[in-house]
Formats: sequence, C-alpha cells, structure tokens
Amino acid sequence: MLTSAAPSVRFENVTLGYEGHPAVHHLDGEIASGSLTAIVGPNGSGKSTLLKGLVGVLQPIHGRIALNGIAPGAIAYLPQQATIDRSFPITVQQLACLGLWSTIGAFGRLRREDNDRVARALAAVGLTGFETRQLNTLSGGQLQRVLFARVLVQDSPLILLDEPFTAIDTKTAADLMTVIERWHGEKRTVIAVLHDLDLVKDRFPQALMLAREVVAWGQSKSVVTAANQLRARAMAEAWDDTAPWCEPRIAS
Amino acid sequence: MTPYDLLLAPFVDYAFMRRALAGSLAISISAAPVGVFLMLRRMSLIGDAMAHAILPGAAIGFLLFGLSIVPMTIGGIIAGLVVALSAGLVARTTALQEDASLAAFYLISLALGVLIVSAKGSSVDLMHVLFGTVLALDDPALLFLGAAATTSLIILALVFRPLIAECVDPSFLSVARGPGAIAHFAFLVLVVLNLVAGFQALGTLLAVGIMMLPAAAARFWSRDLDTLLLAAIAIAIASSISGLLVSYHLSLASGPSIIMSAGVLYFLSLLVGPVSGAIWNFVPQRHRSA
Repeated sequence: MLTSAAPSVRFENVTLGYEGHPAVHHLDGEIASGSLTAIVGPNGSGKSTLLKGLVGVLQPIHGRIALNGIAPGAIAYLPQQATIDRSFPITVQQLACLGLWSTIGAFGRLRREDNDRVARALAAVGLTGFETRQLNTLSGGQLQRVLFARVLVQDSPLILLDEPFTAIDTKTAADLMTVIERWHGEKRTVIAVLHDLDLVKDRFPQALMLAREVVAWGQSKSVVTAANQLRARAMAEAWDDTAPWCEPRIAS
Repeated sequence: MTPYDLLLAPFVDYAFMRRALAGSLAISISAAPVGVFLMLRRMSLIGDAMAHAILPGAAIGFLLFGLSIVPMTIGGIIAGLVVALSAGLVARTTALQEDASLAAFYLISLALGVLIVSAKGSSVDLMHVLFGTVLALDDPALLFLGAAATTSLIILALVFRPLIAECVDPSFLSVARGPGAIAHFAFLVLVVLNLVAGFQALGTLLAVGIMMLPAAAARFWSRDLDTLLLAAIAIAIASSISGLLVSYHLSLASGPSIIMSAGVLYFLSLLVGPVSGAIWNFVPQRHRSA
C-alpha cells in the first residue's frame, strides 16, 4: 500500500506528434489518482505516443501534460519495443536490478532488502531459477517477463505499460494481469495500452479509446462498444502532407 | 638458449626493455577493458576512427614543440575529444547516426593531420607518430602512460554501472533520468585517453590493436562481463610480454610485434576458445534432457 496519494495526470489540449504531423490530437482530460486505465484503439492511433509523452521522451508540440504527485524520472514505464541489447552479457537478475536505479543510483550498494525485492519480483513473473541466465538465452516472452519484473522492482506509484502481454502465453498473461490488479489494489495509478478488448471490458475499470483524437473515455463498458470501434476505424491512418495547419505559427 | 635467456634476460639486462614492458603493461591494463565495451557496443571500428582523429592534434604539438611527448599528447587529447564530442553531439541532436557523424569528423581531422605533418615534418617524424617508439620511452613518457592508465581505470570505475545500463537499455536510463549521456561521453573520453596513451608506445595506427584484439579474443573465452574484462586484460598483458620478447630476439619493430602477438592470440582463441571457437564445429553436439 502506498503511503501518499497516487499520482494523477491532466492533459491540457495536448498534441503530440512527429515532424509536424499529430499522432495524438488536442487531447483534454484527466487520469485519476489510483485509477486503472486501458488505452485502446487501432494501429497508429497514438496510444504509444501518448505514453511517450507521459514519461517525457517526447515533448508535446502543443499543450501540456501535468503530472501531479510524481517526478517524470520516477515513472515506471514498460515500452512496447524495449531498446534492450540482448547480446550484452548480463544476467536476468542484473537486468531486473536496473529497476533499483532510483533507489541506489550509480554508486549505491545492493542491500539485502534490495536483493529480496528483486527475488520477489522475479518470482512474481515466474522466473525463479532464471537469475543467472544470460539475456541472449531467453525467449521473447521470457524477456518481456524480466522487463515486467523490473517494473515491479521500480515500485513506482505511476506505472505505464505499452502492450505488456505481447508475445506472452495465456497463463503468464493471466499471472501478470493479477500483478496489475494487485497494483490497482495498492492504489497505484496504472495505465496500460492493450488490444484485447474483452480483457479491457472485464478487468479494467477505465478505458480511453483513441483514434488520434479521443473517441470515448470513461467506464470501460461504455467505451468499448461496437459503435465506438467503428468510429475509431474511420480514422485516416496515413499522414496528409497537404492538411491545413491547425493553428497559426505563433512566435514564442 | 636457456629459458632464462629466452624469457628473462632481455628485461634483466636492458633498462629500455624494462621501460617498454612497464609502459605496455600500463596500456594493456587500461585499454583492454575499454576495448571490451567498444566491442559489446558494436563500436569496434570507432577506436580505429578515433586513432586517426587524434593525428592533427599530435601533429600541431609536434610542429610547435618538436618530437616532445607532452605537447603532442595534449594536442592529441584535444583533437580526439573535439572529434568525439562533436560527433556524439551531432548523433544525439540530429537524424545522423553516430557512425556516420564520426566518420565525417574523423576524416576531416585525419586530412588536417596529414596536411600539417606533410607540410612541415619529414617522413621519419611521420613514422614516429604513426608507429610509435615503445623501446624509447623516456621518464616523462612512462609517467604519462602510468597516469593515463590510472585515470582511465578510475573513470571506468566511476561510470561502470551507468555505462552498462546505457549499453543494455539506453531508453530505460533516459526515462529514469539517469546519467546515460554522461556515461556515454565519459566513455568516449576513455577511448581518446587510451589511444593517446597508446600512441606514445605503439603509434596512432597500432594503438587500437592493443584495445580491440584482446577484447575480440576474450569473447571466445567468456560469456560473462567480469571475466570478459579480466580475460581481455590477461590477453593484452600476454601479448605485450611476448611481443617485446619476439621483437628483442628477432630484431623486429616492437609495436607491430606486440600487436602481431595479440593477433596470434586472437587466432588461437578463434580456433580453440571454449565459447563458440571454431573447433566446436567439429565436435559432435550433445544435449541434456532438460
């Protein structure tokens, strides 16, 4: 259980994008403290981009993302395509230990409770016995579980997961879903990008359907509907280089 | 010839051999770990590029002060750092990748260096800069080598954890606001420092050899980072000692002899190394039941 209130996030007319083309367009809204939100939408609808904006690897072209109750560096973020160099000779345990960065940094010693924390995290994702395995001996799903363990080790009050169940078998996905619900029970704020709409309806209280702009946002049962999916699919995926500018260029 | 004559007498009898040994051991201990990281980051050829990049600095030092170690060293360090930092900056802030931006900067630097040396120096001087003089290390040169090696090891110890994190998962460190950029630039500084230290002894072209060959050879002996670093140092030390002995007994140039020894050890490792050495292709494969 967290001691202080979990972080909340407010989007104020946020536009995120690449080379002047919006991937998330004029987003307004709030993710409540301690909520469990799924972000859904078709490919190219801006889901991952939104998470990148949240952790600060991508700056908004317009508007602002206000993090309340957490510093950007303290967010636990599981990216969709982690930039892991799997040929680098380190072990499963060492990679999971990276999650201790905010605790021990570049020089801190690994204390016994840190080692215990890492061991518990590896156990929670079913990787007990894999501690000394090198990364290049893991399958794709096993590596994803190590990264999930690293998120556990980070012990952050705000957790962002970008398609966490990709390449993961059904049983493990079910185990990891239990972990996510435990986080929710501990009043952490959790945001996950997902494609499994049944899972979203069943297990995620809140949902945001994106198609570059907000299609629907609220209780997941009222968001994930056939009518909304149809609207989301109508979004044009391709960039339009002749599209008019959204706002006049203002000298800043 | 007794083993004593073969292995110890050259070092016992001649001070210049002892100096050469001390200098090359210092380089072995500091450069080999840097080479391991270069290899693991798939930057093996970066060392080569940087070795060319330090030439104009050394040449300007030589031009102004003659064949004297301190100005040439300082010039080399400045030129190397300018190239490494500008290339790193361009790579981090523009669409150009690090290899392309480094290629651009080092080629400009190399052309400038050759221009300076050819305008003023003789070809003998150029040979000194290119091929080094490990058998003529004087006190200042030896002191500098020791200082550079010590500094290099201290810097490596300081950035060890962030450097590994930056190698394994750069985006994690950037999201966690860790010192990834600092580790990366400190690492480039290490490359330059070791090359400049190496070029006193081995020359600008061969200084890369004591960095990369032991690292590449070590890959065939270990899967684990710590032992990889130790194996690379051990191979570099073995190359230095055997190279100096070969050079002494056969009256061959010392710098190339050291690097050729490293080359022989590399080929040996390639053939019989326990980790994916060529020999294992000819051994019937077994597998466990689980």
